[in-house]
Amino acid sequence: MGLFFHLQFILHFGNFRQTSYDEVHMASFRFTVNGTPATVDVAPDMPLLWVLRDVLGLTGTKYGCGIAQCGACTVHLDGEPVRSCSTAVESCNGKTVTTIEGLSDHHDHPIQKAWIELDVPQCGYCQSGMIMTASALLKEKPKPTDSDIDDTLGGHICRCGTYQRIRAAVHVASKNGGRP
Amino acid sequence: MTTMTLDRRDFLRVSAAGTSGFLLGFYLPSSAAEPTNAPFEPNAWLRIAPDGIVTITVAKQEMGQGVLTSLSMIVADELEADWSKVRAVQADAHPNKYGGQGTGGSSSVRTSYEKLRNAGATARGMLIAAAAAAWNAPVADCRAEQGSVINVRNGKKLGYGELASAAASMPVPEKPAFKDPKDFHLIGKRVKKLDTPSKIDGSAVYGIDIRVPGMVFASLVRCPVFGGKVATFDAAGAKSVDGVLDVVQTEDGVAVVAKHTWAALRGRDALKITWDEGANAGRSSDATWKEFAAKAQELGTVDRTVGDPSAAFATAKRVVEAVYKAPLVAHATMEPMNCTVRIDGETCEVWVPTQVPQRAQSEAAKVLGLPVESVTVHVTHIGGGFGRRLNADYVVETVRIAKAVSKPVQLLWTREDDMTHDFYRPNAYGVFKAGLDGTGAPTVWTHRAVGPNSKGLVVSGSFPPYQIPNVTVDYHLIDTGVPIGAWRSVGPGLNAWLVESFIDELAHAAGKDPLDYRLSLLKHQPRFTRALTTAAEKAGWRKPAPQGVARGIAVAEDFGTVVAEVAEVSVVRGEVKVHRVVAAVDCGPYVNPDTIEAQVEGAIVYGLTVALKGEITVAGGRVEQANFDAYPMMRIDDMPKVEIVLIESDAPMGGIGEPGLPPAAPAVCNAIFALTGTRVRQLPIRLA
Repeated sequence: MGLFFHLQFILHFGNFRQTSYDEVHMASFRFTVNGTPATVDVAPDMPLLWVLRDVLGLTGTKYGCGIAQCGACTVHLDGEPVRSCSTAVESCNGKTVTTIEGLSDHHDHPIQKAWIELDVPQCGYCQSGMIMTASALLKEKPKPTDSDIDDTLGGHICRCGTYQRIRAAVHVASKNGGRP
Repeated sequence: MTTMTLDRRDFLRVSAAGTSGFLLGFYLPSSAAEPTNAPFEPNAWLRIAPDGIVTITVAKQEMGQGVLTSLSMIVADELEADWSKVRAVQADAHPNKYGGQGTGGSSSVRTSYEKLRNAGATARGMLIAAAAAAWNAPVADCRAEQGSVINVRNGKKLGYGELASAAASMPVPEKPAFKDPKDFHLIGKRVKKLDTPSKIDGSAVYGIDIRVPGMVFASLVRCPVFGGKVATFDAAGAKSVDGVLDVVQTEDGVAVVAKHTWAALRGRDALKITWDEGANAGRSSDATWKEFAAKAQELGTVDRTVGDPSAAFATAKRVVEAVYKAPLVAHATMEPMNCTVRIDGETCEVWVPTQVPQRAQSEAAKVLGLPVESVTVHVTHIGGGFGRRLNADYVVETVRIAKAVSKPVQLLWTREDDMTHDFYRPNAYGVFKAGLDGTGAPTVWTHRAVGPNSKGLVVSGSFPPYQIPNVTVDYHLIDTGVPIGAWRSVGPGLNAWLVESFIDELAHAAGKDPLDYRLSLLKHQPRFTRALTTAAEKAGWRKPAPQGVARGIAVAEDFGTVVAEVAEVSVVRGEVKVHRVVAAVDCGPYVNPDTIEAQVEGAIVYGLTVALKGEITVAGGRVEQANFDAYPMMRIDDMPKVEIVLIESDAPMGGIGEPGLPPAAPAVCNAIFALTGTRVRQLPIRLA
């Protein structure tokens, strides 16, 4: 599968290889994404967000602000929630990345199930980030209070205003065991 | 194939889709005026496949408000379909096939309701007729239920899939029998949205997620001053960035085209551009407020007058005056503007999150000099619309770049692009004056509205709903050099804050309870009265509020729906905290109460954001706020407890995407007055 990702990268961008651009600054980074080894040849300061979206084709992680203000780009890095828009790919070398696509095998993480039970998303664009942070919260605090939820998810923005349902859904997931 | 004729032709068209079942096209009205001479083509398709799967093509755009689901529910209920077998599909743009595809004005469900019921009932009638023919049984003995037709005499059963092909050749019933609403199994019930599963695992494809073979990623630098142009630019730095493929100038600015978004952003940072900033370079919010204030000294264009306000002021026992200022605000959809375009000789394909697919299509065609039929527009999932995506500016930009680089291109706006090049809700200056009689009742009310040059956006919703014998609303519209546009709940969203704040001032001036005062002036408005009393009762208006908390109330009508809200607010060291909002909603008959509650909750959050959070200001002709650090948003820790009461009402069906918004800000401001005695006359609320 590592080969697959690498191949996908070359296939996707291979048609530009004839154009001349400076590759001196490019470097190779290896990490695990959703359980699969990946190798990418990109600039060291390229944010993980764009590596995931534009190089590895994992578009479930969203761009919202680029300055770690909205949380739409949240993924897990070695199990901890991080803002992929502000995480340079070089800092991921050798680590494990989990994105919304890899949160559960069958989209059945208790958070995902609670999100469906309460029909949380409206436009849905911010929800990948919300779900990644909420699932990390439950790992850390299996029985969060409203104020734990507000403190943790207060770093996220939802313009559709799904906050009330998010709060309720985190409690539902907590009641249902919290962890996959 | 059977084709309808005459009047039925305006509505339904049926065809046997070869061996693939039953296909019924039906016509939906536009939220805008219908093109009268356009040739008829059915505009939404109901397909029943041999495996029983019912696919409904929806020509209104899903952007979180739930129309893919609610429109499908209407068809499926009358069809008596098995909901687990219903699939909804978003339609591509078509110049006339679907009628108006524009999605706005909280119109999708209410303008489609009867026709979608008719479509479902028609198809059900044909499926029953096909079963009756197959059994050689009277139609009266056959009943549709949950995706099958059952012979009530002998219990025989045929699934819709089995009947589909035969049903297509049945005569189309002239007057299909509608279900008795008490037999609805979907309409009026809480139904989960069909697209939710794709939004919890990353599989929903938004505009930003489109990937086309060979595509490149673009970032466009526009003049920070509205209307400015590129004077000169130096692309050398940008071209030396790893991954940058090209730098092109278009009518819109300078575009950096790259292998991936990051390279395009790096390249853009390395561009050196000098601008011809043009006529708006000296604009500022401060100057605009001064201009508004100066203009407000003179009588403007009279929108509406009732009675004789001048005479009424002469006899008033007391006069109350106030000036209100509402700032520019941005849409800030979570998914920034973006578009993907592939031009292939004489055809063009566009993937775009848009509220106006046909506008996207016609504007792309215009740029390329192609007939609209040569442009295909696929509507993606939409990461928030709120009116911003009624504009096709970003489609035009992308087509121009794709044309210049001769490759498929995705243009992605940065958050900074999005916030500084929006079509903002207008800033507005409202001058109010009222005269009260000896009992404190208003005998006269005047409102002078001053704002940017769109009467619809500035003036609509400004006429007070209250029984006041003498009223004048007049207005001045001024070109401020800042693009303005429809913003969730449009005119009434802005004006409810003004009207509902000022009526509250009058209530307090009269020494009356703000609820009682409103009710005394709304005897001619039973829906307003009921909404107010329902919200007040649920909120415990007559009971003491919790320690340190006060309540405020407001009511407004927007897009045919009346909503009253009570807000519970505290203020600690100048910080306003909204603890609870109770909303009573009269939208007439409703389809999906679950999405209605979600829309009202969301509209309240959108309204509270204007009350409590940021404003857009202009200096040097450019917007000063570029990202969420400078233009803050309501977050989960700001979220009050929201309680919604849906009023059972036989009023005509109203809209729901927007009407929850208008009362939110005034209810909060009125609560602040009740608590502190400070009247908020400028948003966002800043208590020193």
